[in-house]
Formats: sequence, structure tokens, C-alpha cells
Amino acid sequence: MKEMLESREFKELASKRNKIVAVLTLIQLIMYFGFILVLAFKKDILSQKLSEGITVGIPVGIAVIVISWLLTGVYVYWANTYYDRAVDEIKNKLRR
Amino acid sequence: MLQTSLGQPNPVAIVFFFLFVAITLGITYWAAKRTRTTSEFYAAGRSISGFQNGLAIAGDYMSAASFLGIAGLVALKGYDGLIYSIGFLVGWPIVMFLIAEPLRNLGKYTFADVVAYRLSQKPIRVSASLGALSTVILYLIAQMVGSGNLIKLLFGIPYEWSVVIVGAIMIAYVLFGGMLATTWVQIIKAVLLLGGATILALLTLSYFGFNPVSLFSNVAQKYGDKMLMPGGLVANPWDAVSLGLALMFGTAGLPHILMRFYTVPDAKEARKSVFYATGFIGYFYILTFIIGFGAAALAGQEIISKIDKGGNMAAPLLAEAVGGTVFLGFIAAVAFATILAVVAGLTLAGASTLSHDIYANVVRGGHSSEEEEVKVAKLATLILGVLAIVLGILFKGQNVAFMVGLAFAIAASANFPPLVMSIFWKKFTTAGAVASILTGTFLAVVLIILSPTVWVDLFKNKTAIFPLKNPALISMTASFLVGILVSLLTKEESAEKKYEEEKIRTYLGVGAE
Repeated sequence: MKEMLESREFKELASKRNKIVAVLTLIQLIMYFGFILVLAFKKDILSQKLSEGITVGIPVGIAVIVISWLLTGVYVYWANTYYDRAVDEIKNKLRR
Repeated sequence: MLQTSLGQPNPVAIVFFFLFVAITLGITYWAAKRTRTTSEFYAAGRSISGFQNGLAIAGDYMSAASFLGIAGLVALKGYDGLIYSIGFLVGWPIVMFLIAEPLRNLGKYTFADVVAYRLSQKPIRVSASLGALSTVILYLIAQMVGSGNLIKLLFGIPYEWSVVIVGAIMIAYVLFGGMLATTWVQIIKAVLLLGGATILALLTLSYFGFNPVSLFSNVAQKYGDKMLMPGGLVANPWDAVSLGLALMFGTAGLPHILMRFYTVPDAKEARKSVFYATGFIGYFYILTFIIGFGAAALAGQEIISKIDKGGNMAAPLLAEAVGGTVFLGFIAAVAFATILAVVAGLTLAGASTLSHDIYANVVRGGHSSEEEEVKVAKLATLILGVLAIVLGILFKGQNVAFMVGLAFAIAASANFPPLVMSIFWKKFTTAGAVASILTGTFLAVVLIILSPTVWVDLFKNKTAIFPLKNPALISMTASFLVGILVSLLTKEESAEKKYEEEKIRTYLGVGAE
């Protein structure tokens, strides 16, 4: 157990996951609080009319929802293709 | 003005309602035979797939407040209502990135399992239960009062009877069918709600050549361009940030949502379930754009606010306008199913806190048998269910809207910070965790009482002592700061040592239950 913890593979894997997770979390925070701050301080930007019946705020709001979902998709894709394989490799090594 | 049959017994609604109750009680009977051990009662024997759990999470999370409340807000206030749609969604990536997998790998049945993993059991379990139970009970009161009002409006049944009916059916699900029955009720509800909302949106758009922009411009012509612009809801910028924090991080600290991650076999399925759930919930909130504006355009603000000042009947009124009383009946039954699924999830989460955290790990010091724990969990279900009914009746006619905001604020301030720090910070200590939880709970409650939401709106004082409507900005920050400070002052060698072992479980899932 101790060996695994100190192995290069495990340390790399853990720090890689932490990095990915930190970057994705940061993107989500910047996007949402960016939206909230614009809403609070620069309302006019969102109130501009794009054409009759639509303002900038509507597509921006939908984009915040869709991008949030896509970010969870990015993480799942990374974890399913890279992370799970690396976890299995480390576990196999341990068994040997 | 549009005539409505709302508030009169609707035969279609009653048929759908009985059909839903019959099917779900049938499932409960089936589930009861598969609910004997603690893992079966709390976590459906970890047998739920990622996709099923994604639907169930959506069913657990999308409350009547988001379906009826947000549609009503959009119909009456326009763009400002959408700020809630967005706020309720943006916490999900945070759940995915920071919480879901470590929670699944480290815990057993409750989020306190994770916080207590390498710290002293008793103090952590007791304080974490305080955060969990206050979140659950406040949310439960809001749902019960909402259900009483709603069912009265939808079916014409007296308030008290509505609360008793909801409470009794919900107790039956959880008491006999545990998590397995609760999960399937939530899945069926999610399918009904997503399906019903889709049909409602499509029927609405058919009046506008399936072009949402012509729907929006119709609303703008009738009620002014301001409907499509942000308005007075977020007048104070710090208010907006504080509410945003509560919605985002509160989602990641709701006990009934966190509990759902224990129903899947492993971290991989937990991860998938968040992806599906976020997709379903996001799709649903985008539909609220159409449904809310559609209600303003086709039913009209006048009748919406005449029937219910808060606008809660906007979606049912739209259903009647585009699909007649038959469709109204269907949507009314869907709203009913929505309430049942949410209160069942809440009651189960509350019961597991009482039986798993308090009874099994504090009172019996981890030495109770499976049989004993299930028995206590069932007793706790019954007590919480009856309590929900009693509180629902006691709070009749009270303005409980602030309770959902408070539940999210406590979840963000008392549950989320210790959870994150215990997962990611080696030097986190027992004293730090207890201090963080107590600070978060205490500040959230006190500040909301002093805030305009309660001090002015409820107690009718002229000005509020605390200026923000939602306390999360202060209470969540304080909870983190106090947790860090106290941890740095109280070194806990055993916890630091165990963190290394914990890491193997967090990252690799080795030893996960």
C-alpha cells in the first residue's frame, strides 16, 4: 500500500486529476460569476436587442446552461478514456 | 379573460393521479421484498445504473418550486425568472468535479461518512447531522406547504387533506420500499416531468410557427421589451453574488442529492450519473424559458396573478390554454408526482442521518446490527414523515419561500465546506470540521433572520439589520475561514497519517463499499 502511494504513477495520476478538476472548476466559476457580475453591474450589455423579440441575455443564459453540461461531458470523456485506464494499470501492478 | 377550470375536481387529473399512485405503490410492494439490509434500505443495494441514477437525481432535484415557481416567475417577471433557472443548474459541474467520485469512494450512506472518515466519529457525526437535518427539514417544510397550496388549487381538495395525503403516500414509499422504491418513484417522475414539459413547450411553440423568437416578441409586444431584459430582481450586486453562491454550492451540499451517489456500484457510474442528470436538468430549465414566456403570451399575466399572486399556476394555466382540461389534468398529476418524489428523497436522507449517523455511529458507537439499524431507520422515517405532515399543517398560510433559500444557504455553508476540506486538505482536523459546520449553520440561520427576507418581509420591520437577502456570501466564507484557522491551531497527527491511506481510496476506489 505504502509503495503504491509513493510510486511515481500514483503521484502523477493524483496530481493530474487535481489539475484537470481545478481547471474545469475554475472555468465554471468564471463563467457563472462572470454572468452574475455582468448582470449586477453591466445590465445594459444583456439588455441590448439582437433583433425584434430577442436580447443578448437570452442566448447568453442558454449558453451558460449548455456549456455547464458540456464541461461535465469533457470531464467524463477524460475520466473514461484516460483516468480509468491509469487506475486499472496501477491496481494491476499492485496485485502482481 | 381566459376561463379556467383550475380548482375544481378534474376527472382526468384524478384518473392520472390514481394511476400514478397505484403503479408506484405496486413498485413499493416489489421493492419491499428487496429491502432488508442497510445497504438495500439506504442505497438500493448499489444496484442502480449511471443512467437510471441520472434520471433519479433529476427527479430528486427538480422540485415543484422549479417547475411551477420558475415558470410563474418568468411569466410575471420575464428574464429575471431565468436567473433562477441558470442558478439551479450551475452547481452540477461542481458536484461532478469536486464531490461525486470521492464521495462514492469514501462513504457508505451519508455525506457525514466522508467527513468522519479520518476524524473523530462522534463530534463529526453529531455536528454534521445538525447541518444535514436543518437542510432537510427546512426543504421539507417548504415542499409540504407548497404541496398543500398546490393540490388545493389543482384539485380543489382542502389544504390539510392534501398535506396528509402527500405525507401518507410518501411514508409508504420510504418505509416499505426504502431507496429502491424512492429511486423508481423519482425515475418515473423525471420521465413524466420531462415528457410533460416537452409536450407543453411544443404545443406552445406550435402557436408561433415553432419559432421561439416570435414567441418572445409576442410577449414583448404585450408586456413591453423589459420582459426580455434583466430588471429589479438583482438590484444589489452583492445580493446577486450571494444568491449565486448559495445556489451553486448549495446544490453540492444537499444531503438527499449526495445520498443518491451511493446507489450506484462505483465511481465510474457516479460520474456518468452526474453527466446524465445535468443534461436532463439543463434541458428542463431551458424548457422553462418557453413555458414561462408561453404562459404570459397565451394564458396572460392577468389571470396568472389573479389565481395565485406568486404565479405558481402559470404552467397549469398554459397547459389548459393549449391542451384543454385533459392536458391540464395530466400536468396537474405530473406536479403531484413531482412533489411526492422530492419529499420521499428528503425523508429518506433525513432518516438515514438519524439512524446511520446518530443512532448507529454515535449512540451505539458503530456496534449495532444490520437488522437493528434498518429498524431504527424505519422508525426515523415514520417520525420524520409525521413531523413533515404536522409542520406542513402548522405552517399553513405562512410565507415559506425563504426556507428553500435558507436550506441552500445552510447546505452551502455547513455541508459543502467540511466535505470539500475533508476530501482535499490533509491538515483538516476534527475541531476544524466541527467549528466550520457550527459557524456555517449558525451564521446562515441568524443572518437570514436579520435579512430583508425575514426581518422586513415576515416580521414587518422597516429596515433589515443585515443587508443581503441570502447570507451565503458571509456564512460560507466564514465557514471555510473558521475551518482552516481552527485546523491550523489544532494539529491532529492520526488524521494526517490516515489521509495518505484515504488518498488511495479517493483516487483509485480501493476498498470502496
